[in-house]
Amino acid sequence: MHDFAFDIAHMLAGALVLVSLMMLYQDRLYALINVLAIHALVLALSVAWQAWVHDAPHLYITAAIALGFKAIAVPMALRRMVFRLGIHREIERVVGTGLTMLAAIALVALSLEVMLPVTAGVDPVSREDIALALSVVLIGLLMMVTRQNAVSQVAGFMSLENGIVLAATGAQGMPLVVEISVAFSVLIAFIVIGIFLFRIRERFDTVDVEALDQFRGERG
Amino acid sequence: MIPLAMVQALAAQGTQMFLVLLLAPLLVGYVRFVKARLQRRRGPSVLQPYRDLLRLLRKEVVLPDTSSWVFRAAPYAICSFTWVAAALVPTFATNLLFSWSGDLIAIIALLGTARFLQALAALDAGTGFGGLGSSREVMIASLAEPALTMLVFAVALIAGTTQLSAIAAAVLAPDLGLRVSMALALIGFVIVAIAENARIPVDNPASHLELTMVHEAMVLEYSGRYLAMMDLAAALKLLMYASLIACVFCPWGLAPARSGLIHYAIGMAAWGGKMLVAGTALAVFETITAKMRVFRVPDFLGIALMLGLLGTLLLFVSRSL
Repeated sequence: MHDFAFDIAHMLAGALVLVSLMMLYQDRLYALINVLAIHALVLALSVAWQAWVHDAPHLYITAAIALGFKAIAVPMALRRMVFRLGIHREIERVVGTGLTMLAAIALVALSLEVMLPVTAGVDPVSREDIALALSVVLIGLLMMVTRQNAVSQVAGFMSLENGIVLAATGAQGMPLVVEISVAFSVLIAFIVIGIFLFRIRERFDTVDVEALDQFRGERG
Repeated sequence: MIPLAMVQALAAQGTQMFLVLLLAPLLVGYVRFVKARLQRRRGPSVLQPYRDLLRLLRKEVVLPDTSSWVFRAAPYAICSFTWVAAALVPTFATNLLFSWSGDLIAIIALLGTARFLQALAALDAGTGFGGLGSSREVMIASLAEPALTMLVFAVALIAGTTQLSAIAAAVLAPDLGLRVSMALALIGFVIVAIAENARIPVDNPASHLELTMVHEAMVLEYSGRYLAMMDLAAALKLLMYASLIACVFCPWGLAPARSGLIHYAIGMAAWGGKMLVAGTALAVFETITAKMRVFRVPDFLGIALMLGLLGTLLLFVSRSL
């Protein structure tokens, strides 16, 4: 059985895993943020495809949120923050790219190994999608563990959340998915802001952005 | 009495052999032309590589005092190994006479032999640059070859064979569909092809006398007809990799067995179109990318290895991925 629609769904889920792996490899913050935007774009395409295939209009909203919020707004905000923090030229030393990559492969293997037997009874398409989504989540976690920079950790977290949305849309008949997605997005925004406030406070002993202006000697 | 099919296969094989030899410099010229245009230069004509080859063939040969017969024999051997490899990849038709030997592993072995000879010849000249170039080339090769082998495994698991014409037929079959592992293998193949052909993120084909060069460092001591052979071999290798990727991942238009003249014409037109697309894509990619440090090449090729591993892994757990 080889249905074209299912193949496309698989392809998009596979692409998401691939972009997750690309993210692990990036060592410049701007490149990392760009890859994060691509990640969200692939997610939006994937969700929109599911909406089209299953004729589920509410999924289009999820796709629109992924596209507008995660692929455009958050990367822009992150880029601004990185620039404001003055770390846009910093090159993060990614320790042991090869080893991290191998660990990521092992995580993909693990998630397939765990997910496929557990969901043996159900529709083969959604179970493979869920297995791939789980590997996206695990790679996001790996990213958060291996990076030291707060921005990279936020990127890892965002990719993790993308994996959760992918899993949610892969499972058919989930009316609450829009709400869940919105809730998660708000949570992410909160975390993004929170981490940066902490970071600024750590550096300047205040959460006031004015301190940054004075420090950089520029205004507006 | 020789059967007609065999005559046809022989004709197709012969045409292909001379076609790749004739068109290889054209692809190089085309890539240089597009790159020049992207950099807002007029650039030389696409026929310039042919003129370069003719000029080199007429020029006097200067040999290093320290070199032995290896240095003189290597260019011919390298060029012929690469030519054989290029002739085995189905470009416009799959029913080539030697398509039974057009096996991915055989092609890797042919290219590996050519590379070994090239490294040996560069060492034989006895200059610092030659040794530096061959040590780097061997480092890159030792990373690219396992990656390529892994990618071949991924493709072979889908197609059930490593023979190129059979792979093309399997990819064309309607029940294959879109495969995640094939997509992963395609990206891996492109990375390996870039590294093996000494293109930009790994090596700069336009650089001379830079400390970062790899391929150019190895052919630095060559001149005259030997250099022409080396350049032709490099062009053939580029054409071979482009045709290989086209044959495995985009075999549409290939003339099938027992086809008429019109199918061959379609096959050639399709191949020409694919090569134009490949050349343009390569030129655009080279223009937007910066060369990476030599010590980052293992990371770059590690991605190809990883993609091959991932593709193979996906195929082992699920036949539909």
